[in-house]
Amino acid sequence: MQRRTFAGLLAVASLMLQSCATLGEGGASRLGLIQQRQTLRCGISGKIPGFSFLNADGSYSGLDVDLCKAFAAALIGDAQAIEYRPLTAPERFTALRTGEIDLLSRNTTFNLSRDAAGGNGVSFAPVMFHDGQGLMVKASSGIQTLEDLRGQSICVGSGTTTEQNLNDAFESRGIAYQPIKYQDLNQVLAGYLQGRCAAMTSDRSQLAAARSGFADAKQHKILDAVLSKEPLAPLSVGGDQRLADAMRWVVYALITAEELGITQANVRDKLAEAKAQPQLTHLRRLLGVAGRPGEKLGLPNDFVVHTIEATGHYGEIYDRHLGPTSAVPIPRGMNQLYRDGGAMTAPPFQ
Amino acid sequence: MKRSTKRVALQAAVVLLLLTLLGVLVNNLAVNLIRTGLGLSFQWLSRPAGFALAEASLPYKPSDPYAWALLVGWLNSLKVIGAGLVTATLLGVLAGAARRSINPLLRGLAALYVGLVRQIPLLLQLLFWYFVALLGLPQQNPSPFGSLLSFTNQSIAVLGVHLSVEFTAVLLGLSVFTGASIAEVVRGGLDAVPRGQWEAFRSLGLNEGMGLRRVVLPQALPAILPGLSSQYLNLAKNSTLAIAVGYADLYAVSDTTITQTGRAIEGFLLLLGSFLLLNLLINGGMQLLNKAIIQRGQRS
Repeated sequence: MQRRTFAGLLAVASLMLQSCATLGEGGASRLGLIQQRQTLRCGISGKIPGFSFLNADGSYSGLDVDLCKAFAAALIGDAQAIEYRPLTAPERFTALRTGEIDLLSRNTTFNLSRDAAGGNGVSFAPVMFHDGQGLMVKASSGIQTLEDLRGQSICVGSGTTTEQNLNDAFESRGIAYQPIKYQDLNQVLAGYLQGRCAAMTSDRSQLAAARSGFADAKQHKILDAVLSKEPLAPLSVGGDQRLADAMRWVVYALITAEELGITQANVRDKLAEAKAQPQLTHLRRLLGVAGRPGEKLGLPNDFVVHTIEATGHYGEIYDRHLGPTSAVPIPRGMNQLYRDGGAMTAPPFQ
Repeated sequence: MKRSTKRVALQAAVVLLLLTLLGVLVNNLAVNLIRTGLGLSFQWLSRPAGFALAEASLPYKPSDPYAWALLVGWLNSLKVIGAGLVTATLLGVLAGAARRSINPLLRGLAALYVGLVRQIPLLLQLLFWYFVALLGLPQQNPSPFGSLLSFTNQSIAVLGVHLSVEFTAVLLGLSVFTGASIAEVVRGGLDAVPRGQWEAFRSLGLNEGMGLRRVVLPQALPAILPGLSSQYLNLAKNSTLAIAVGYADLYAVSDTTITQTGRAIEGFLLLLGSFLLLNLLINGGMQLLNKAIIQRGQRS
């Protein structure tokens, strides 16, 4: 039996076995369970360099992984208290719904049908990475536009919005194509590299990450056409407001810290500064010296201090994994702070 | 008399217990689904699927409903399972018979095939057939036979029939893998026929092939069939691995459907139902065959 059939069966079985009492307590948040357990079960992909990837020593690293650490630091006070669960695209929502994981930090596109109660019914935290879907072709193929792909086969991962976007883009232009669907990105890559398809499609960040691993990276070209907006955001199960709020403000804390120049290295100094100088109101609220932000969220008041100590601010996380000197350089573009011309901004910690 | 009443009562109690348990489980499933805001619903089946499929036995376009997409996927599954049953049987019977051949080369080859193939997981074999063997073919491969016989990493043409490399990989993988298990079943069946029968047809001057077909196999069949049907059921179930090599079978279509609709429970229920139906059909067919053969055996 396959792993995913098994996951599905497990979902049915666990829903069957869950006694009515456990769900019936009304409003019991998973946040309490995580704090009681003192471990965060974080769902990740585990296969995308720069976002979540297995290192040689068996640990995971990447932007999505750092976000797990930020959550663990804020919720539990220990950035290492994480059980990572690598999940394929179709597995992820089932794992979340059945409670196998607490939250998902796995390049998941924020859209209506996933957010709505009538769809997947999950709660999205703010966008951590603005991405867009693209196409990669062999430079020697001479393919420039979508029209050049008429009648060709395109390798795509199944069970993702990628597949739908591809279809929307080609259908709306009346271009016929043949989708070759694989289960995960590595197979899509293998199919493309072996020449089964003229092009492969995925989020542009993933294409860039994949290309960075090719021996002949220069022989492959990412087309200019962008097929979709792909705002990638972490998420938790729907209907759990306390956990969703906590996650939302951890992400906002990472962004606000960058705005205020609070880094992993200087956060303790900044804390001392905030304590000494009552006029630094923004800083005092963010670091929990004033306004008791944590208490309202069910977190320690200094959760932002723990978070920044663990991972640094958003810009630091980005540079560590996707910056110009990293293994997977992706220009920051839309992911810059709003004041620098990007889309990243956060509401006030008031 | 008294003992039999007791036995009936006991059995009734067990049945009642099982039914209650099942009832509680189903009720809990329904209650929890409603609590999580996910009451079972199949309305999405009539909404447009919005995804394309690489191959379809019936006319299909992305604006067709999910139900139609799933049907097309089911037919794709049937296609590869049906073809797989035939080729795996041929391969298995040949290899099984070869293991009892008087020709040492044939015996050795068959033993090597069974030994090798049964030790390697099916998924790895599928990936091998697809990514190494088939995608390793050249993109353009001018064939002297035209479309009668040509191999490229885009499609395989045999006698003018074009097969996608994905279909071919699944077919090869399932046939070769199941063929090895069937070979063992056949060998077991042949061994169940008394040695004297072999000696008898040889002393009658029948050649090996004729003796096997006319004398040994008919007697071995009742021993072969039960094992054979379970191999058939395995083949049908293993066909869900097709998704690993990009073949648009029922499982692959369900996979996309579930992600797009968020209806995981319903999707899996349909999937379970479809495979149950398919395997009941295979099982029923095999039982009929079994009955026919046993009756024939009793007549003669």
